[in-house]
Amino acid sequence: MHDIAAQVRTQETLTADYRCLVLDAPAIAHAARPGQFVHLRITGLETSALRRPFSIYRAEGDQLSVLYKTVGRGTEQLARLRTGDTLAAMGPLGNGFPLATDGKLPILVAGGYGVAPLAFLARHLPTQGIVMIGGRTVEDILCVEDFTALGWKVLVATMDGSRGENGLVTSLMDDWLAANPTKNPEFYACGPFGMLRAVADRAARAPARAWVSLDKHMVCGVGACLACVQRLRRPDGSTWTARVCRDGPVFAAHEVVWEEPR
Amino acid sequence: MNAQQKKTMPQPRPDLSVEIAGIRMKNPVTVASGTFGYGREYTHLIDLQALGAITVKGLRMQPWEGNALPRHVEVPGGMVNAIGLQGPGVEGFVRDYLPFLRETGVPVIVNIWGTSINEYGEVAARLSDVAGIDGLEVNISCPNVKEGGASFGADPRTVAELVKAVRRRTRLPLIPKLAPNVPNIRPYAQAAAEAGADAISLINTIPAMVIDIETRRPVLSNKVGGLSGPAIHPVAVKLVWDAAQAVRIPIIAMGGITGPEQAIEFMIAGATAVAVGTATFIDPSTVLRVIAGIEAYLVRHQMYSARELTGSLKV
Repeated sequence: MHDIAAQVRTQETLTADYRCLVLDAPAIAHAARPGQFVHLRITGLETSALRRPFSIYRAEGDQLSVLYKTVGRGTEQLARLRTGDTLAAMGPLGNGFPLATDGKLPILVAGGYGVAPLAFLARHLPTQGIVMIGGRTVEDILCVEDFTALGWKVLVATMDGSRGENGLVTSLMDDWLAANPTKNPEFYACGPFGMLRAVADRAARAPARAWVSLDKHMVCGVGACLACVQRLRRPDGSTWTARVCRDGPVFAAHEVVWEEPR
Repeated sequence: MNAQQKKTMPQPRPDLSVEIAGIRMKNPVTVASGTFGYGREYTHLIDLQALGAITVKGLRMQPWEGNALPRHVEVPGGMVNAIGLQGPGVEGFVRDYLPFLRETGVPVIVNIWGTSINEYGEVAARLSDVAGIDGLEVNISCPNVKEGGASFGADPRTVAELVKAVRRRTRLPLIPKLAPNVPNIRPYAQAAAEAGADAISLINTIPAMVIDIETRRPVLSNKVGGLSGPAIHPVAVKLVWDAAQAVRIPIIAMGGITGPEQAIEFMIAGATAVAVGTATFIDPSTVLRVIAGIEAYLVRHQMYSARELTGSLKV
């Protein structure tokens, strides 16, 4: 874990409100694993502004990339940073996805910018698989070329039908499960809480193992403040309160107590 | 050494050490309870051994789950939190967290709370039985739990009763943490001192509320929370100054420290030591910058000890 002054190398607009920020952050880039995140102090916000967590999208050489959507004050300021600007970056943080698939077929399920850590994951999994990407419109569908370049099969669903199937990403999952009853999949998902819960439901019924990366508002990023907690269930049925930033953000879907989005 | 360097005789390094209630700190800087977990969380980011003391998150007898999410919200000048004192309980702390803290060699101050005066006493008695704890910060001012916390800090008579009761159960230094939202802090500070407190710490967060105007619902699941961050610093300075006029026991001051300047301000107002809180979330090295900045200030003002700063306000 490092807290360094990272320099903005490039920043480009992907679609509409989505951007890709590339940082020079050698110490973090060298140590990063898929599913981990960086905690950025956005230069230009007031002194008291909290850091913002971003899933790592790429870590190549000394460079670290994140994908984000401008949704508020923090990300709007982040979008104003230019090549050469510096910002404090802490990371890599969190546990990351498990990388062994035990011969199973990896299926990645992404909602919106939740695709970022999954694109990183795809580059590190030992086998090719399928990625299902969902969003409201065509503009929410990112990183398709990342997966096709790796030889992955890409399925897309949008709520307005502007790209791929018309509907939710989980209906792609339903269709695939119905058509492939004998395959042995393992799911990896990142997106909104409701989508992750729906993925967990389907995986449990399949039955198949699923890993979910939870997106919670965080404060410290290191497990000290207890702002981003999630209740988990142990094999004996008892529950405990995990820190998403430190014990996660990736959890086995069957351990998450979904009824209680704490 | 060249001629120029010979001419300016180096001042000896100032003595940063202070003593709070018998706790010997190598410098006057600790961390605010609840902002530093149990120390271990920050191991890879800062050198824990540089700290004057480590103050850990509030503990009661049993494990406690805290509040539902959302537990925090950012506001101009700081944040409002309602974590609700989630913690592992005394036994969990002693088993899972204390051994690591002892290894650091840094004094450990444990923040304690309860839902009854008796529970505060029990927690204090249990922690007195284990080695490696240097002091107890008695939380009578948390705004985020329904029972306990602030309800014991709302009346000087209750403060006195609680501190006396805890005093009977432990020989550890007792440091009641006072609430800022009182019309006059002096009777609270005096009540604590007369009941046997060895020091006081202030301030806790200031009760606060944030509403989402679109949904017309409170942002925090607890509805209300406590404000921390730079916004509360001048409020805290005033309270520290008031309390320092009222009692002779040392004061640990906290509230909105983001650098050495605010820490020095607290000491000038009358604090013997200070605690960095919310700023650690934003920049974990703040506490180290504060220590270095106090030393640089002492050199610049030709002071030989951090103790010279305490209560040095010119009025």
